[in-house]
Amino acid sequence: MNDCIYLDNNATTKIDQDVLAAMLPYLSIYYGNPSSMHTFGGQVGRAVRQARSQVASLLGAEDSEIVFTSCGTEGDNAAILAALKAQPKKKHIITTEVEHPAILNLCRRLEKEGYTVTYLSVDSKGQLDFDELEASLTGNTAVVSVMYANNETGVIFPIEQIGQIVKEYGAIFHVDAVQAVGKIPLNMKTSTIDLLTLSGHKIHAPKGIGALYIRKGVRFRPLLIGGHQERGRRGGTENVAGIVALGKAAELAQQHLASIAREKQLRDKLERGILSIIPNTVINGDPVNRLPNTTNIGFKYIEGEAILLSLDQFDICASSGSACTSGSLEPSHVLRALGLPYSVLHGSIRFSLSRFTTEKEIDRVLEVLPGIIHRLRELSPFNSDDADWLQEQEQAVLAK
Amino acid sequence: MWDYTDKVMEHFHNPRNQGAITEKQEGEEIVTGEVGSIACGDALKLHLKIDEATKTIKDARFQTFGCASAIASSSALTELLKGRKVEEALKLTNKEIAESLGGLPEEKMHCSVMGQEALEAAIYTYKGIPLDNHEEDEGNLICRCFGVSDTKIKRIIRENNLTTAEQVTNYVKAGGGCSSCLPDIDDLLEEITTEKEKSIEVATTIATADRSSTAQTTKTLTNIQKITLIQQVIDREIRPVLAEDGGDLELFDIEGDLVKVILKGACNGCVSSTETLKIAIEATLKDRVLPTLTVESV
Repeated sequence: MNDCIYLDNNATTKIDQDVLAAMLPYLSIYYGNPSSMHTFGGQVGRAVRQARSQVASLLGAEDSEIVFTSCGTEGDNAAILAALKAQPKKKHIITTEVEHPAILNLCRRLEKEGYTVTYLSVDSKGQLDFDELEASLTGNTAVVSVMYANNETGVIFPIEQIGQIVKEYGAIFHVDAVQAVGKIPLNMKTSTIDLLTLSGHKIHAPKGIGALYIRKGVRFRPLLIGGHQERGRRGGTENVAGIVALGKAAELAQQHLASIAREKQLRDKLERGILSIIPNTVINGDPVNRLPNTTNIGFKYIEGEAILLSLDQFDICASSGSACTSGSLEPSHVLRALGLPYSVLHGSIRFSLSRFTTEKEIDRVLEVLPGIIHRLRELSPFNSDDADWLQEQEQAVLAK
Repeated sequence: MWDYTDKVMEHFHNPRNQGAITEKQEGEEIVTGEVGSIACGDALKLHLKIDEATKTIKDARFQTFGCASAIASSSALTELLKGRKVEEALKLTNKEIAESLGGLPEEKMHCSVMGQEALEAAIYTYKGIPLDNHEEDEGNLICRCFGVSDTKIKRIIRENNLTTAEQVTNYVKAGGGCSSCLPDIDDLLEEITTEKEKSIEVATTIATADRSSTAQTTKTLTNIQKITLIQQVIDREIRPVLAEDGGDLELFDIEGDLVKVILKGACNGCVSSTETLKIAIEATLKDRVLPTLTVESV
């Protein structure tokens, strides 16, 4: 499977060879504890400090504002729970319908614990309504948590405009930037963001490492209570190799930002190719305000898992928001929030590129995809919007 | 990634009998059965060509919107159907479809259920039974997200010996949406477990009941004697036992040695308990009246 065409980079990414090289010594030679009072541990402590600077630099933040975590989910949980604990009298949370489960399921749990949660809706492009946000904000709102860019559609929210509104009401502003980091230039110095989550394995570092940005002056309570590590904001002995890897990955991501346009060109080539060669295909979500590496395309009248398994035969990796791939029986909450018709919803495929994606790979996808889609459409009882059966089904659903 | 068998993948990549049936000869009929919907994420349109004289399925084809296992299940179904008599085909269960593929992941069992339902729909159409009168439509709606009735859930629990709500979701999707009906599904599971235990208990009681109250007879009976004796055994030995559990039985008719009865109350409506009871009642009547008697529940 080494030669697979990997277009599922929003799920996870390949570890960069330079990242691997940077971290390996900390799994073998330099096994010291950074907290130890001896030179052997001390040099490990220096590596952690360097990594912190590298991550801070990518975000335009100060070193002291970075806390290392184990993953994006930890970052999201720590941020929301910290914001709530720091403001015990405020019992209201605002988020969106299209967040990652790390936020949505946490919010559902918090509702059971007595908090009120507002889930902001999105329009057919996947964008928020500022009026709805303003109408939802009150003095009781503890935290507003909005993702920077959506993992499924790549749609980017106007974070700073949202932040301006949030600040007027004195709420803490948390941004899940797991998908945005390394793809969009970020600068915390000029930002309204208070807390920001990022994850290593989305930017060519290994799984099991992430970071949380905590703006200086924002009241914070730790999720993991233990030793003095991370200045008391995250107990537990540091995942040194992971931290070093994240530092290196952040440095490389920053360099790569300058050439992100190439990724966008390849994405556009893939997208334009699909839309022009294969009939009855649509782009899901805002085509303009979107991550440069992501496209989510609806192939009408067929089902996503069948497309993925067909692509897999050609060693092409992508993902789908269809019900069948999730095991949950319900298609993606993100695509449903966009109000897409079911004929598009179930046949949606996400292709997400990385800096390692080549033009040859894109050409190969464009070569085999039309045949795959054609074959599955031949099998399907629905083959056009005119099919009576299909129309009845769609209407029955709308009537519900 | 799903753990599909090689057979599932083989049927998915090389499906048999795809497409519609459009041409027929004299003495053949084409019927279709449709299940699922685009909203649910899978749908199957099954086409059957039936030979009128022999009531045999001459050709079966499918059109499927769905995942790999839905396509494979449809393909396997058509293979199983070709050459079968209509009445035989109607007995096909979702389990057989899944088994013919070397099994399906639990979460994908609903794909095989879809195949069985499309088959049933096609044959009902062939027989002229209106689909609206399908018994399952008369049940109470349990899962609103996927439109699944209690009758259907109970049937699938019995046919596949399911024991958890999670399994029910995997087989018929019920409970897989908002999951607010999961407690109701648990109730149905409980109901069927109790039902099974009761029917076994009742059957045992009947089979071992004290027979001293009615005289054993071996001589040849006149028709009127036979009817009277059957009625007597039912009234004195069988009904009291059933009544203890809220059930009842009525003698409907006797045709030769065939005793037709109507099960009532708690006895009614459960396939497995009906079957168990029938055997127990039959055994009692054979023993008490005539060894050649058979019982049918109408």
